[in-house]
Amino acid sequence: MQERIALTGNEAMALALKQINPDVVAAYPITPATEIVQLFSSYAANGMVKTEFVAVESEHSALSAVLGASAAGARALTATSSQGLAYMFEVLYIAASYRLPLVMPVVNRALSGPINIHGDHSDSMGVRDAGWIQIYAEDTQEAYDNLIQAVRIAEDPAVQLPVMVCIDGFIISHALENLEIMADEKVQEFVGPFTPRRPSLLDLDHPVTVGPLALFDYYMEIKRGQAEAMRKAKPVIKEVGQEYGRWSGRKYSFLEPYQLAEAEIAVVVLSSTAGTTRVVVDELRQQGIRAGLLKPRVYRPFPQQEIKAALGHLKAIAVLDRADSFDGFGGPLYKDIRAALYEVPDRPRIINYIFGLGGRDVGLDDIRSVYDDLAQVAAGEAPEFSIRYLGVREEAL
Amino acid sequence: MAAQLLEIRWHGRGGQGAKTAAQLLAEAAAAAGKFIQGFPEYGPERMGAPVQAFTRISDRPIWLHCQITEPGIVVVLDPTLLRRGDITRGLRQEGLILINSDQQPSVIKRALDQNYRVCTVDASRIAKETIGRAIPNTPLLGALIRVAEIIPLERLLAETERKLARRFADRPEIVSGNLVAVRRAYEEVEDG
Amino acid sequence: MSKLLPWREVPSAGWLEEKGNAEEYETGDWRTIKPIWLKEHCIQCLRCFVYCPDSAITAENGRVTGVDYKHCKGCGICAHECPSKPKALEMVAESADEL
Repeated sequence: MQERIALTGNEAMALALKQINPDVVAAYPITPATEIVQLFSSYAANGMVKTEFVAVESEHSALSAVLGASAAGARALTATSSQGLAYMFEVLYIAASYRLPLVMPVVNRALSGPINIHGDHSDSMGVRDAGWIQIYAEDTQEAYDNLIQAVRIAEDPAVQLPVMVCIDGFIISHALENLEIMADEKVQEFVGPFTPRRPSLLDLDHPVTVGPLALFDYYMEIKRGQAEAMRKAKPVIKEVGQEYGRWSGRKYSFLEPYQLAEAEIAVVVLSSTAGTTRVVVDELRQQGIRAGLLKPRVYRPFPQQEIKAALGHLKAIAVLDRADSFDGFGGPLYKDIRAALYEVPDRPRIINYIFGLGGRDVGLDDIRSVYDDLAQVAAGEAPEFSIRYLGVREEAL
Repeated sequence: MAAQLLEIRWHGRGGQGAKTAAQLLAEAAAAAGKFIQGFPEYGPERMGAPVQAFTRISDRPIWLHCQITEPGIVVVLDPTLLRRGDITRGLRQEGLILINSDQQPSVIKRALDQNYRVCTVDASRIAKETIGRAIPNTPLLGALIRVAEIIPLERLLAETERKLARRFADRPEIVSGNLVAVRRAYEEVEDG
Repeated sequence: MSKLLPWREVPSAGWLEEKGNAEEYETGDWRTIKPIWLKEHCIQCLRCFVYCPDSAITAENGRVTGVDYKHCKGCGICAHECPSKPKALEMVAESADEL
């Protein structure tokens, strides 16, 4: 039923976009996300999709255009990276607050400066509290699968929130990998026709005011409603992940544990590095070391209960952040995971590494060194520390 | 091929098609039912600058998402890159080097002063005679799958045709030239 | 001012699906001076109707009928623009006992 092919992460995202066949795509090119919309624009130009493709002059305009299209009752998408996402900053909050079911691939790339084109999470982590759902993919297969599911999650009547589908720049976006794809009709059937949940901006018989002024009287009630939508997204993400499993054979949820149930020490890491870590876990298991891995797939909404249940039994945990908070305390994922474990009696020791900034390679030896540190922390032979910078050059002692 | 992971590093110059070769081999192996990765190293390189690209091939799903630091095979698209001295960096003890060169493998072996298995093929000449331009990537693929026994020749030819036919839809002579180049390099590669 | 709704009853994202609801927001108490319409001086040019930023000049069948004091903020634009001599709109102080 499914075809196994080889595509880069960007090609897989462009293919999913084509199969979703949205009403409107507006985008501005930025490395390493350019290829997604470049490929898609050729599909549009060649009449392979029914999409109205709008070439805009900036990312601020790209998101504004799809925001307007969505408010007018269209299924609308864009894609970006790094500085482009930063340039969208104010519109991101508006899209979430207006409860518009936009979907946006984000090809994770370091923020300037120094200027850098390679993969890290500083862009999407910088907007983790903008009110968007955030899903992180490990490989091209997940990039494809997550993008298709994102449409259903965003458009669910209980959710109506925008979704970012994140992949690691270059490491996944430009790497050719195997993946299984569904037929166009199956994807169309899975995402279903777009059903606007409110009268459209262009419906003259039912005029509507979008984005009215709300001050002391209503601002907080509207934000409270937005927060509720994010909570309601949780069961929807789970259901969509299960239903997608029935369609594709690949089931998804909030977290992907590996060798975790019987583990004493574990690494928590998002995206592509989870794969490299899994290889090290296998090595360590062969040596009789009870090592495990937890890969969060959904970061917003934050799956606090699930994380507590998955990690509570461990002796020591290392959280790997591909973005720094520059606050002297730790990366964003570390602090969230640490907070999630606060209620666990006899909670695990927890340490933090900042890694892979600006695309710095993270090899097997780097991950092995993390598990070595963890074993010492778990045994009480080394102190629990907050931040270590993995793979950064230090002076010889 | 053994069930273990095969890691290949490609050294070329910007414009010689190292990235295309790395990905074409991966695609051909994928078509043969293998699990693959193919990825270039991106930097500020332009035409002529030394570049690298990578291919992983395995019978099992590949989880690794790091660079290849200890390749089993190194393919060199331009013999002048031998001067740089980083060609053999990390290459495994039993490793194989395939070089685009008009020299015999023994000559290269002496120059490298290391005990690797060295194979040579005059890919630039073959490309010039068959495609009309000295783009050595497709003939090197033909040589590589022979000496490393990665996939059958017919599979590589089919995949090369499929991929190039899309890109050169209006110039069928380029497609057929490449196919001849692959076949000739497969025949002419010298195994030291 | 209407009763403030609890958050669950607020339209999602604050989208207002009811048309013309600006009328519900009464701004008459912003006024410290008010226009008096003098029918006998009015030449029915409708300039005041066009210029009023709050649609507070009332009209029927193409003829001015007066001022909507629930919404008039007392800006005085109508009186300023009135071309009639003497003017058909005159600004006077708002007296405390009228409110």
